[in-house]
Amino acid sequence: MREITLSQAVNEALAEEMRRDETVFIIGEDVAEAGTPFKVLSGLVEEFGTSRVVDTPIAEPGFMGIAVGAAMTGTRPVVDLMFGDFIYLIMDQLCNQAAKTHYMSGGKLNVPLVLRTNLGATRRSAAQHSQSLHALVAHIPGLKVALPSSAYEAKGLMKTAIRDDNPVVIFEDKLMYQDKAPVPEEEYLIPFGEAKVLREGSDITLIGTSSMVQVCQKAAEALEAEGIFAEVIDPRTIVPLDEATLLASAKKTSRVIVVDEGHQSFGVTGEIASRINEKAFYHLDAPVLRMGAMDVPVPFSPALEDITVPTPEGVVENARRLVRGEMIHAA
Amino acid sequence: MADAPKHNAEDYLRMYRQMVRIRTFEDNANQLYLSAKMPGLTHMYSGEEAVAVGICEALRTTDKITSTHRGHGHCVAKGAEFKEMFCELLGKEEGYCRGKGGSMHIADQSNGNLGANAIVGGSMGIATGAAFTAKLLGKDDVTVCFFGDGATAQGLWYEVMNMAALWKLPVIYACENNGYSEYTKTDEIAAGSIMARAEAFGIESHQVDGQDVLAVNALTEKLVERARKGEGPFFMELMTYRYHGHHVGDINREYYRSKDEEKDWKENRDPIIRFRSWLVAEGIASEEEVEAMNAEIKDDAKAAVDYALSAKYPDQSEVDMHVFTDVTHALA
Repeated sequence: MREITLSQAVNEALAEEMRRDETVFIIGEDVAEAGTPFKVLSGLVEEFGTSRVVDTPIAEPGFMGIAVGAAMTGTRPVVDLMFGDFIYLIMDQLCNQAAKTHYMSGGKLNVPLVLRTNLGATRRSAAQHSQSLHALVAHIPGLKVALPSSAYEAKGLMKTAIRDDNPVVIFEDKLMYQDKAPVPEEEYLIPFGEAKVLREGSDITLIGTSSMVQVCQKAAEALEAEGIFAEVIDPRTIVPLDEATLLASAKKTSRVIVVDEGHQSFGVTGEIASRINEKAFYHLDAPVLRMGAMDVPVPFSPALEDITVPTPEGVVENARRLVRGEMIHAA
Repeated sequence: MADAPKHNAEDYLRMYRQMVRIRTFEDNANQLYLSAKMPGLTHMYSGEEAVAVGICEALRTTDKITSTHRGHGHCVAKGAEFKEMFCELLGKEEGYCRGKGGSMHIADQSNGNLGANAIVGGSMGIATGAAFTAKLLGKDDVTVCFFGDGATAQGLWYEVMNMAALWKLPVIYACENNGYSEYTKTDEIAAGSIMARAEAFGIESHQVDGQDVLAVNALTEKLVERARKGEGPFFMELMTYRYHGHHVGDINREYYRSKDEEKDWKENRDPIIRFRSWLVAEGIASEEEVEAMNAEIKDDAKAAVDYALSAKYPDQSEVDMHVFTDVTHALA
């Protein structure tokens, strides 16, 4: 099978959906000729024109609001938010407007929009261009949240998101745009709420999101060399969350580590760990462990930044201690 | 009154009827609050009827509006019925939003009302986006964005006006300037001129007497027609007055505005009294016909209130419905 980058996969997904449905359009800063700073959208304006690949002023709440109104009246906007960190700027339009419109109207109005943005540290971009803020969005009822972990996932999840009648937020890891993976030429979609078991194992379950899936995969390889067999699961969407697959694995292996790049406190790792504790408690041989980003603003210096995010080595060390039966009180 | 646009008697009588329906709806809503029959609070539109009616009478059903926390007037003017409105106000299943919205989110969506918004200025993006849809899909729908003078302090307005002007979107920003931003005089929250702010984006702007339904309607008709042809966006500042407080619980308000001022607006500039006098003077309706219409509307409202009071609440199983379009019960 051919291999393409995550960036090309997203580009293909958008192009295919825009060809399929003329109500799909892209709106955001420098999305047209510039194709975004990450060049993910290069070539789209040439095919679809500036009426459907719409460059905006630097006014995130404004273009997000416009997308909400456009979605409510018969189009399918894909909003391009250049950095996930800018999500704070659009919180009212996303959380008070897009997320609640269907509910507040008693089911009469829909907001079929996609917000595509990014997450991920270690790009030496400091505290306002490095955050992983998907937990903020996942906290709000009415929003779906997808976290692609490869080019394959990015394409299939994007196509599903565009066809969804609800607001969907997709966070791409900005360090993975050039990562290649096998992606079929034929069309495919990835359903929301179906986790993917990437590696089967019997001793411990490693649940990873976005680029933390790679971290878990590397950790699992290292653990196997020591005779510890780890199961690796990618939830793919955290809203909806495929609880059944996660619980089945927890019951099978009896040990779980949840790895996510959002801040560890009050985040995705805590939520998933808590659900496993509530629903698989008597099957567990150890506390479910959370591994998130350090609860500090992301620092600039590489010497500091690199220690704020989970690493394969850190996952291996924690997995070893869990399997050995050592109680871990802090990661 | 302004020179009448060319309408037939039926149009004028419908305008009058809609203004009285709004006032009557609000009088009943206020009574429901005062008699503790309504959950929560509500923000009365009384005094501003000529704005909603003058504008909405210039729109087609397929044209869109966005409304505000003070939104009952827009809802009625865009074609809503009393029964579903009172049911919504009381949180009943038959309300327009199945009781999930209440006073601050009331809307008859089937008539192009994209919802009342309880975030001040929160719908400015939505209205501009609806106009974006019309342009992208090649429709000639026009969107009117209603908001108050208080909302002109929100940054969102300046962001979306910029884009609406750059892209010539068919949106009309309608600022209902009732002189007060909640409990504060507009003069104290707005520097310079509100009109000049829209003009700074190259948007043609008009100020109009919001207590004169014919003036509002004549101006809106002209602007809507031009917006349909791609000459938008436009801005209208409608000078009006809020008879009640910020909300129904804002009773003792002399610390921010005088009773004399309220009396002057109610007695000398009331939009319904003015239009009624004009209708009679022009021979479009007799005093008796007007009185009969008022009485009929009063009866309609009473019947709708009685219906809503005894109507069913939504079943508790509805609490997790309508969170997502494709999941019947989000928590199942």
